[in-house]
Amino acid sequence: MTMEQQQNTASLGMWLFLVTEVMFFGGMFCAYLIYRLKFYNDFAAASQSIDVKWGAINTAVLLVSSWTMAMAVRCAQLGKQKLLILFLLFTMLFGATFLGVKAKEYHDKFVEKHVPGPSFVFNDKLLGHPDYVPNQGHTQMFFSIYFAMTGMHALHMVIGLGLMAYLVIAAGRGKFSTAYYTPVENIGLYWHFVDVVWIYLFPLLYLISRTKG
Amino acid sequence: MSENEHHIVPLWLYALIGATLLVMTGVTYGVALIDLGRWNTVVALCIATFKATLVVLIFMHVKYTNEKMTKAVIISAIFFLTLLLTLSLADFGTRAWL
Amino acid sequence: MKSWLLTVDHKRIAILYMLSITFFFFIGGIYALLIRLELLTPAGDLVQADTYNRLFTGHGIVMVFFFLIPVVPAILGNFLVPLMIGAKDLAFPRINLMSWYLYIVAGVMLLHVIITGGVDTGWTFYTPYSTAFASPKVIEAGLAAFIMGFSSIFTGLNFIVTIHRMRAPGMTWSRLPLFIWAQYATSLVMILGTPVIAITLVLVVLERLFHLGIFDPKLGGDPLLFQHLFWFYSHPAVYIMILPSMGVISELIACFSRKRIFGFNFVALSSVAIAVLGFLVWAHHMFVAGMSVYAALIFSFLTFFIGVPSAIKVFNWTATMYKGSVTYETPMLYAFGFLGLFTVGGLTGLFLATLGVDIHVTDTYFVVAHFHYVMVGGVVMAYMGGLHFWWPKITGRMYPESMGKLAALIGFIGFNLTFFPQFILGYVGMPRRYYQYPPEFQVLNVLSTAGATILGVGYLFPMVYLLWSLRYGEVAGDNPWNAAGLEWKTSSPPPTFNFDVEPIVDFEAYNYDELKEIPVER
Repeated sequence: MTMEQQQNTASLGMWLFLVTEVMFFGGMFCAYLIYRLKFYNDFAAASQSIDVKWGAINTAVLLVSSWTMAMAVRCAQLGKQKLLILFLLFTMLFGATFLGVKAKEYHDKFVEKHVPGPSFVFNDKLLGHPDYVPNQGHTQMFFSIYFAMTGMHALHMVIGLGLMAYLVIAAGRGKFSTAYYTPVENIGLYWHFVDVVWIYLFPLLYLISRTKG
Repeated sequence: MSENEHHIVPLWLYALIGATLLVMTGVTYGVALIDLGRWNTVVALCIATFKATLVVLIFMHVKYTNEKMTKAVIISAIFFLTLLLTLSLADFGTRAWL
Repeated sequence: MKSWLLTVDHKRIAILYMLSITFFFFIGGIYALLIRLELLTPAGDLVQADTYNRLFTGHGIVMVFFFLIPVVPAILGNFLVPLMIGAKDLAFPRINLMSWYLYIVAGVMLLHVIITGGVDTGWTFYTPYSTAFASPKVIEAGLAAFIMGFSSIFTGLNFIVTIHRMRAPGMTWSRLPLFIWAQYATSLVMILGTPVIAITLVLVVLERLFHLGIFDPKLGGDPLLFQHLFWFYSHPAVYIMILPSMGVISELIACFSRKRIFGFNFVALSSVAIAVLGFLVWAHHMFVAGMSVYAALIFSFLTFFIGVPSAIKVFNWTATMYKGSVTYETPMLYAFGFLGLFTVGGLTGLFLATLGVDIHVTDTYFVVAHFHYVMVGGVVMAYMGGLHFWWPKITGRMYPESMGKLAALIGFIGFNLTFFPQFILGYVGMPRRYYQYPPEFQVLNVLSTAGATILGVGYLFPMVYLLWSLRYGEVAGDNPWNAAGLEWKTSSPPPTFNFDVEPIVDFEAYNYDELKEIPVER
């Protein structure tokens, strides 16, 4: 098998794996869709109680990390070993930043008692509907989905950071060249996929309704 | 035969896409503050799809690959996800009709 | 020993799977035996109700996840896919080994669940019982199934890439044996479906561990959401079970009719059609669960379509035998059994797809009989046929033919005696998953249990003579059946890298007209 054939084969393998990831997250998107339609007002109220500023910042951070990852792959294609490592490290930095912000968001939710479980209490209002009393169960459902989806996403990011650490070490040992950079390309695909999931999570979780409508 | 080895995406394109993604994120947030009723969600998801398409085509090199399998795989994933969502919705959405 | 545990040779991994899967088959069989013993009498007298629930749950989990789903792909598929396409190994040999280790880890977890008391939710883990009321063992059992799912996903991924990228020169898609087409279609289902049950089980575990009440009715959770997500995989899962078996049957019928499969293109495309259509019908498991009638109509309508490609295959296999030189060696006996039993199972599936009938027979023994006809009369028969057919290739030894024929006959009789009465029982109203029943149902239940004993012999007996053959069986040459296919053009068993010289394929599949020698009389 030539190098190119090997790259093709490994790449196809990674794309097929990403299909499984689409279906894996898809199950949670299905749950989200059904309950959002059923409990729209409660979901809107719950969504309004998460800080959209941090969500937007995190979205930007992850997009930048996707860019640095694309740059890393480009450096691998061009054989620029030092720049490759630099961009990988930046990607990891932004990824870690994302996780740090997420941890802060989770902490905020914990303080506000919006974490599902026996101590869950939701006292926020629905914008533009001062008389509407959000349902405790349905708002807790939103947060169950919120934590499940963002938690699963965060887990995938942690795995991604681990994979990138491997790439940094391997690149440092001179494992990659213009003829062989398959792992960089494929782990790049994985990282971009994780980014795409968040591109959808941001509007679906944070922006259900941000107006008085 | 994949041409991934031979085609290097130019720097300016990567920079442009990166910037576009950030701008569109801002747009998403800005539009969310305008009351468009049920169209808010549509607009937000359309922008999200646009961003996702950019990431897939450029960052993930799908625009530059000759591999038919890659495109077939992506289309299948979208198709089967849509199947899961729409057929489930067929149940939940029509229960009240009885 | 280490060379086996660290092997990346697909042939050895297939054998490792054979050992582990056979082990779990017997665990599942013991559960079946206990169930049938309890059902000998109308009263619940052998075990308590709770225990009985654990028995059918254990039977289901073990048989579905640890036997039926991997049996043909992981054993015969792993062994034969590279050989049949002329490759040295699969595309990702180390991932193949990891698949086996995932199976073992999942298996050990499940054994631990079984030993420490088991779960009683049914293999279907329906919520809210599994999330709110059943024992915490659900978490471990769910995780075991989750890990097993990844074993399945990686096998499917490996096969798809291998079949796309590693065919020998000249091996075009239209020259691929139908077993490969079947494995390919199966792998599509594995890739697209398994992740959904993975997330579903994860959500159940998260609900139990972290109160993320996605299925909790107190939060507005809908039990049907779980069922939709569960069956989105679990229905296509049955096609993961039957498609490879159909692939085996194509190989057997072609060889023992000495003829190319009639309508090759139709059979190949039917495999893919079944894989795709299989994803459109899942809610037919939920007709009486409370779903919308309009959605039920849609799913019922779609379910009828799936009978078409299956029927196309049955007709084509039959047409293959017409004017073929049919002989009745053991594998062919199993193939005949498959044809009859799968057809009955498939037809009764259509009865169940009919909404009016389903309301009457759902959750009765009619359903139990239906799925055992397709899964045991179908999948297990095909596996036994394939196991005997490729036994000489895998081990280099022939099994004793007369014993093989006898075992096939015993199995066939045992199977029908076990499961045909269950159609009647279901029709007259005996519910499934009950450990006691009205006395008027006893005769049929006794017949069924008697049949189960005979069926058990039909499985134990081959274990004995197949093991015997490893030492004392006639040594097999490269091609004892004078069969078509690349796997028969190398030694039995094949060398480590399968072929001494890379094959060049300039012939069509099933070129039996070129293989003119008369097959050896057995």
